[in-house]
Amino acid sequence: MTESQAPAGSPALRPRPVAPHLQVWRWHVTMAGSILHRASGVSNYLGALVLVGWLLALAGGPAAYGAYMSALGSPLGKLVLFGFTVGVFYHLANGVRHLVWDFGRGLQPQVADFTAVVVMSFAVAASLAVFGVALFVGAV
Amino acid sequence: MAEADRRFRTPLSRARGLGSAKAGVGHFIGQRVTAMALAVLILWGVWAALSVATLPFDAASAWLRAPLHAAPLLLLLAVGFYHVRIGAQVIIEDYVHTPLLKTAALIANLFVSAFAFVLGAVALLKVAFGAAGAL
Repeated sequence: MTESQAPAGSPALRPRPVAPHLQVWRWHVTMAGSILHRASGVSNYLGALVLVGWLLALAGGPAAYGAYMSALGSPLGKLVLFGFTVGVFYHLANGVRHLVWDFGRGLQPQVADFTAVVVMSFAVAASLAVFGVALFVGAV
Repeated sequence: MAEADRRFRTPLSRARGLGSAKAGVGHFIGQRVTAMALAVLILWGVWAALSVATLPFDAASAWLRAPLHAAPLLLLLAVGFYHVRIGAQVIIEDYVHTPLLKTAALIANLFVSAFAFVLGAVALLKVAFGAAGAL
């Protein structure tokens, strides 16, 4: 027998030693970009649930809708919405970056480093722009 | 596929079904194609959110009754929850290794994303067809 893995459902084996990685590798911007893509993906999942909440509130009538919009419009609500916005724009831009990689372009380390900074900057800039417009039209 | 597997895997590992066969080509393509659709739908969504946020209840309901608003929003829900479910599946598979907990998490992910989609879609259709709230 090559591997001695426990059958499904039985107690886990004694933890195996793992070579150090996070403790020894210098942080690269591309590493940060990668985990931010995953984190923003999770935040987008939560944001989608907030969107469903909005639809439920709208379907629930004026009282429900008013309450939901008040919650979203509270200081904490606005902060959370801004966070969701940064996550959406980051994941969108980095997603495009991933699609470019899928076509085999832009994979050189220097290019990947540069595009990582570009998408991070875009996320913040676009979010600020959207909230700027929102302030202007009275949506925030 | 089984023939190629036979060259690289022991019979026991094949019988147990362990190994890296996680997302597979279907998931890979599905994630990319939904990503392309979402790139457009999300940009529309940001514009839509800015449009609707300032509207009082009656105007917001009227906004959603327009097919040109209801349709992309419904697509955003469908494509979005598919994409988010596949993405979360990869995350669960990466971090959860206890077999029972992993299976439970994967099933929970499926149920939550499916239910959230249907819930949102039903609410959307109710408003879009004028059957909701105090109308």
